[in-house]
Amino acid sequence: MMMNNTLKSLSNLSPGTTIRGKWYQKQYTIIKELGYGANGVVYLVRDSNRQAALKISDNPSSITSEVNVLKSFNKVQGSALGPSLLDVDDWEQQGKQHSFYVMEFIKGPDLLSFIQQKGSEWLGVLMLQLLADLEILHQNGWVFGDLKPENLLVTGPPARIRCIDVGGTTIKGRAIKEFTEFYDRGYWGLGSRKADERYDLFAVAMIIVNTSYPRRFNKTTGGLPQIMGMVKQKQELAKYETVINKALSGHYQTAGEMRRDVLSVLQPRKSGASSAQQAQAKSRVQVHKTRTGKHSSKPKKKSHFLETVFLIAAISMMYFFYLYSQVL
Amino acid sequence: MKTGTLKQVLLITDGCSNQGEDPIAMAALAKEQGISINVIGVMEQDVIDDQGLKEIEGIALAGGGVSQVVYSQQLSQTVQMVTRKAMTQTLQGVVNKELQQILGGGAKTMEDLPPEKRGEIMEVVDELGETVQLEVLILVDTSASMTHKLPTVKEALLDLSLSLNARSGSNRFSVFVFPGKHKEVEKLLDWTPKLESLTTIFSKLKTGGITPTGPAIKEAMSYFQQKRSLRSLLSRDDEQYFEESI
Repeated sequence: MMMNNTLKSLSNLSPGTTIRGKWYQKQYTIIKELGYGANGVVYLVRDSNRQAALKISDNPSSITSEVNVLKSFNKVQGSALGPSLLDVDDWEQQGKQHSFYVMEFIKGPDLLSFIQQKGSEWLGVLMLQLLADLEILHQNGWVFGDLKPENLLVTGPPARIRCIDVGGTTIKGRAIKEFTEFYDRGYWGLGSRKADERYDLFAVAMIIVNTSYPRRFNKTTGGLPQIMGMVKQKQELAKYETVINKALSGHYQTAGEMRRDVLSVLQPRKSGASSAQQAQAKSRVQVHKTRTGKHSSKPKKKSHFLETVFLIAAISMMYFFYLYSQVL
Repeated sequence: MKTGTLKQVLLITDGCSNQGEDPIAMAALAKEQGISINVIGVMEQDVIDDQGLKEIEGIALAGGGVSQVVYSQQLSQTVQMVTRKAMTQTLQGVVNKELQQILGGGAKTMEDLPPEKRGEIMEVVDELGETVQLEVLILVDTSASMTHKLPTVKEALLDLSLSLNARSGSNRFSVFVFPGKHKEVEKLLDWTPKLESLTTIFSKLKTGGITPTGPAIKEAMSYFQQKRSLRSLLSRDDEQYFEESI
């Protein structure tokens, strides 16, 4: 998408430029540009003692909207999904006023590059983290909206999934504010753009698909058959096939439900562990148990069988005697 | 707070007008009547020349709307973004006016308030954007150079109806093309809450001829007015009918 002219001038701020807030006089020095989107440019900046990310825009209403979302994110206890908000202000430059906000700088590779580097076993773990965060967000009445791998960074160690762009976050029941076609159920003809839990869960499933198709794919016939056809072509997606199918067709009512299913995909024997590490530890114990169990299980079964045969024989003998005595 | 109905024209074109009134003047006229004009410039491999670009930006500026130039692949997302942005812009204008009345004197707008006070106002704007009635008149340039882009335009419009119908407020769309077969502007689809009926009509569209952007905007304005007067006679029904134009 082409940028308009004012945004273009905002995307050309050179390193070393100082941005001073009009209302609170805090100063930020630009280190480098981190990225830009339709609604503004994000810079890595330094204030007196630390690094932070600063988003500046020619559109004050989009800045205010995002600040509203970040504020309510910060109020949500236990959710680490979005960055924390540090400052909101305006910058006057050559007679023009631009709005900006400053947030925590989240550093790390994006989801797809992280999985490419570290291996596909990380996909499940990170999806569990994401679904846990989404559940908290949903319980607080919000829907994330524009979920996509570019917006998801993995910080750490320890590895933790975080989200850097909250611009699409929408109050449940309203129309989704921002979306990206590939992750949007409306684009695939699989639902409306009204914000509900299932909208986000659809996007999570498409992110899983995306890990096997880093360049995405376009809609041809659309609908569930096309996407599931693509899923079936990739062996590494086989274990997630059911989860993806259920999420795409809107079967999961909550992120928790989907999370349980992802967990049981990763740990087919037992589910319900609260974190990936716990689950792993449990699985080791389980493996141990089943191994030791294998030796004793066969003789035990045999003795059960003998016991039953003996009992039946004894009872039928007694019945026989009873009948015999009656006849006499 | 009463906002009535938001009236928008969405102009989809790929270049300069070459007949009739100055489209920028017509856009200014529309703005005076409370109609905002948004423009989307569609490119393929070709690039829109400077003159075309100036006209696109000029129309939106004079018409109190939003403009954006895109490659046709990104049209769907842009159409909904531009419409949404324009809604917010108009609603904010309305809210700012109210603010001025409440705060009295001085040119108080949202930007004159400290950042932490803006949040609540923005929530009001968001709320209005979700619930307000919206009327979008879509004007599609069907001059020769648009031929390959029309299927994408159709997809984008269906997508727009999907996005806007997710709101709780009601929507009405109508579609005009210019140049028409017999006139400069021709009606394809009368006011309807759903754009799905476009699918059949669009495939029969013929392209070619001049680009009378100015007259198209002028005609669009009168259509809004005509409808308003009709509406006072008829009750608001969602009955849809469209004219065969081909």
